[in-house]
Amino acid sequence: MGLEELVPDGILTTTVEKMVNWARRSSIWPATFGLACCAIEMMATSASRYDLARFGAEVFRASPRQADLMIVAGRVSKKMAPVLKRIYDQMPEPKWVISMGACASCGGEFKDYAIVQGVDTVVPVDVYVPGCPPRPEALIYGIMKLQEKIDRMSIKGRDPAPAAVVEMPKPTGPTAGSGQTTPLSGVLPPNLGPV
Amino acid sequence: MSATAAPEFKTITINMGPQHPSTHGVLRLIIELDGETVVSLKPVMGYLHTGMEKIMEAKSYTKSITVTDRMDYLSPLGNNMAYVGAVERIMGLTIPERAQTLRVILLELARISSHLVWLGTHAIDLGAMSMFLYCFREREKLLDVNDMVAGSRMTPSYFRVGGFFQDVPDAFVPHVRKFVDEFPRSIDEYHNLLTKNRIWMKRTIGVGTITAEHAVALSVTGPVLRGSGLNYDVRKAMPYCGYETYEFDVPLGKNGDVYDRYLCRMEEMRQSLRIVQQGLDRLKPGSVRADNPYLFPARREDVKRGMEELIFHFKIMSEGFRPPIGDAYYAIESPKGELGFYVVSDGEPLPYRVRVRPPSFINLQALETMCLGRMVADVVACIGTLDIVLGEVDR
Repeated sequence: MGLEELVPDGILTTTVEKMVNWARRSSIWPATFGLACCAIEMMATSASRYDLARFGAEVFRASPRQADLMIVAGRVSKKMAPVLKRIYDQMPEPKWVISMGACASCGGEFKDYAIVQGVDTVVPVDVYVPGCPPRPEALIYGIMKLQEKIDRMSIKGRDPAPAAVVEMPKPTGPTAGSGQTTPLSGVLPPNLGPV
Repeated sequence: MSATAAPEFKTITINMGPQHPSTHGVLRLIIELDGETVVSLKPVMGYLHTGMEKIMEAKSYTKSITVTDRMDYLSPLGNNMAYVGAVERIMGLTIPERAQTLRVILLELARISSHLVWLGTHAIDLGAMSMFLYCFREREKLLDVNDMVAGSRMTPSYFRVGGFFQDVPDAFVPHVRKFVDEFPRSIDEYHNLLTKNRIWMKRTIGVGTITAEHAVALSVTGPVLRGSGLNYDVRKAMPYCGYETYEFDVPLGKNGDVYDRYLCRMEEMRQSLRIVQQGLDRLKPGSVRADNPYLFPARREDVKRGMEELIFHFKIMSEGFRPPIGDAYYAIESPKGELGFYVVSDGEPLPYRVRVRPPSFINLQALETMCLGRMVADVVACIGTLDIVLGEVDR
């Protein structure tokens, strides 16, 4: 005899955390933040054939204050980087960043004086989408990956604790120095959840 | 006793961009307003500066083609053409008939595809959301063509110095024919949605007017110039790729306002279809590579058997080819206007200097003239009608 038998039909029970995550993942509002070629492909993703609305992420907001996803679509120049940072700071929590395309992820084919070699030097990136530019399918896959990440979120904190915080146990005993790694289970923080 | 002072005349300066939904990228405008009227407008550029001209100095002639794709990313093949055209002019190459025809077909399809993005975004800026969806529906068919010939939707890098690396697949001609048959109906649909739409007319007629004298003084090209009634089209004035043998009209506007430029571009799409149709009709089997042994790698089978071919394969893949010492300017009519590439060769496998004449950058100069004395809401219409691509403006 569980709680379900006491409530009327048509009511499901779940945890608050799961419900909040479900709501967050199902209505990601991206900011209209187009920079270069990838922006056109991002538009194509939201347009007729690929229809991003199927994933609940079609409401592109012109104001960063109404958005919770920044898709960095294109190369970020050194002149643009402070602007990008500012827009990111204006977005309310919780917020995520998708680095779309090779240029945003690592500078792409433009390794020179003008382009920031990877937008992760400016803002924290959640999902990298490779491609030059990525096809709409790739961007959609990136958004689905982000949704999976949101599912694992805790409502207590912004994000799963970044990997850098995890203290790696010092290899001891007979396996030390032999190249084998110690399993990480048991040292992960409780809010990281199942991967 | 101080008399009531006359209210002070004050203007406010507002900043528009670089993150703004209707600046078509990362254009930033500093607008001085008297009430809602624009008194001065200064574009601030460089937010997408990539240093492409410099990068091309460090890439071989073939590798540079990929960089040109990312300038005007709405019609990448146009940029390919202007660049490889300049190199071909230095080398004095003759391009086979089939390659020329295929180039014309692909260039005109690229023009349609670019105009579709212009139409969709321009309409969305002025409040017609559904246009965007209609335009991208047709554009996907054109991206399929890119995908088919080059394996990439938006940055095909399909043109090579001396023609093409390989011929188009068999499915190309039926696919393009199908598009040519279907697309006129779509244009009619766009006209139905916009041309006599009252809101559209009120937002565009008499807005952003630029007279013929101003247009010449600002050296604008493309539909921005032709909307003011001046007949200058590089395809007619300095024909390339055999454009002189195709029959097509150059649509001209009268008043030089946003509406006329809209009509010009809509008609250009129809004319492009005419050119594509003629190109498809005269497409004959044949080689798509210029008759020059130093441009393309040898056939795969020969590389596996012959020593000379193997050495040459290694040379051309690692170093590239060497054009003779010289320089050339090659201009094409890109969807935005006259797009020119000036390439200097010093006989090495890397270009000594590449200079681009970007139509978007030069057309952008006209923005202040268009907007002065108008309402701030018209600025959005004026940016849309210029059809700028910031990748090309900043390079």
